[in-house]
Amino acid sequence: MKRMLNIALPKGRLGEKVYGMFEAAGFECPSIKEQSRKLIFENEEKGVRYFWVKPSDVAIYVERGAADIGVCGKDILLEYTPDVYELLDLGIGKCRMAVAAPKDFHDSPEKTLKVATKFSHIAADYYRRQGRDIDIIHLNGSIEIAPILKLSDVIVDIVETGTTLKENDLEVRETVVPISARLIANKAHFRFMSDTIETILTSFRHYLAKDKED
Amino acid sequence: MPTYQTSIDATLSSLYASYGYSLFNMSKFEEYELYAQNKNFLISDHVITFTDTTGRLMALKPDVTLAIVKNTKDEPDARKKLYYTESVYRVSQKSGTFREIEQAGVEVLGDIDSLCLGEVLTMAEKSLAAVSPDSVLAVSQLDLLMLAVRKLGIPASREGDILDCVGEKNQHGIDAILKEENLPLENADFLKALLSHYGKPASVLAGIRPFCQSEEAKQILTSFEKILSLVDPSRIAVDFSTLGDLRYYNGIVFRGYVNGIAENLLSGGEYHRLMQKMNKRSHAVGFAVYLDLLDDFGKTLEAYDCDVLLLYQKDTDPALVMKQAEDLRRNGKRVDCAAAVPQNKRYREIITL
Repeated sequence: MKRMLNIALPKGRLGEKVYGMFEAAGFECPSIKEQSRKLIFENEEKGVRYFWVKPSDVAIYVERGAADIGVCGKDILLEYTPDVYELLDLGIGKCRMAVAAPKDFHDSPEKTLKVATKFSHIAADYYRRQGRDIDIIHLNGSIEIAPILKLSDVIVDIVETGTTLKENDLEVRETVVPISARLIANKAHFRFMSDTIETILTSFRHYLAKDKED
Repeated sequence: MPTYQTSIDATLSSLYASYGYSLFNMSKFEEYELYAQNKNFLISDHVITFTDTTGRLMALKPDVTLAIVKNTKDEPDARKKLYYTESVYRVSQKSGTFREIEQAGVEVLGDIDSLCLGEVLTMAEKSLAAVSPDSVLAVSQLDLLMLAVRKLGIPASREGDILDCVGEKNQHGIDAILKEENLPLENADFLKALLSHYGKPASVLAGIRPFCQSEEAKQILTSFEKILSLVDPSRIAVDFSTLGDLRYYNGIVFRGYVNGIAENLLSGGEYHRLMQKMNKRSHAVGFAVYLDLLDDFGKTLEAYDCDVLLLYQKDTDPALVMKQAEDLRRNGKRVDCAAAVPQNKRYREIITL
């Protein structure tokens, strides 16, 4: 009798892991595992509809109500500040937002710091809290080459293993914020689907607690 | 205005008039200074301005409350009950461009007592029900919430970060801030209790009562309970993640939601702090209904001939079909029952029994 719960999952390995958590919570949808180019999968019996979207778009789908809930990285939430509930830290997809610079870079506080980044809002907020004057250079990719080509002094970017930084003679100077995947919900739809969302939350909490014990 | 919006607008006007509220008509323009001084109170701080024939910088009204407060005589011992249906001009959060937005709402200025608050909450709840019975008014008490926030022992400079977490129902974020500030996680027990309990007033109030230990907390809870007891609880949810800007709001704040609309259709609360900021001694409470959000909702309604088709089998118990249909109708759904899907009729949902 209930309407379907729409769930936006991030395409890729993280999304597949998250789907596993939904499956363990009793919200399986076997068709999602079939090899196809389909992006939307339904299990009417369980009352769920999953769709794969670009990881950075999950928050938009949820904020605008196309999805009731979704999973996205904390980096996206900090950068775009969507008006959504952040219900749970899933503790997966862990990495960090960091400031990296060439190994020989000497930071002089008297000078305006040139910062290249995809995450302008996070970088601006980080340096504002430090009272540091910066010049943001917004880039959409290959951030690591900006200091090498003297486009910027430092970069603010996501660091997982640090291999890319090393290969480009950069090193992490400061951690801005730790990042992991979060379960988010549309604020309006939460009111009308809260029982199902609560069931998922409880199951995820058990899953995470068990994962920690193991 | 689209037909659906016009019909809701008329329904709301007669609802507010039936509570003894008077229509407040206002000019489309106000001096820009009024909005410049209270930019944070506005949903968007972009205002359309122009210079009038006397050289004054004027603004096309981006908000109704500020204009009503400014243009109403300050009489703290009397009570002015006003309603409006007005156009405001502000940047749409959806399109990022200026739009003329229809808004209806009420404002009460002067002596605000429990009855008055109960009445305003009831009107807010009925405003939502006029759009759809499948609606919820989420209500919070900011003074109680702030007692719980202050119990954390965090520096005042981090209160904003904590309130962001509150608005997101983000309990792990609260833990992270306490860890950063080297404070024990138990300091957040009261605040987490407020966030963990949401839903029907009776169960929420019973759940948070053990955490309201100080005299101040007990008094606020008693007064909150008294106000909520005046309102039909069927479409009310207590939810402490409901916030208002603390520079303007205090006491009771609320947001209204309708199933099928992805944003809050209604928002309101007590704004004594705005009154103080504008050098008024009166207290105040009010709410606004954002009629522009009904645009898509109205279209969705018109896109179907009926909300639900209950598709039954030959051997289905007719009593069961009747019961399920009546349950759905009680929730405001238009329900059709048939053994086969009728041709040329559009249903929002088909439920096979």
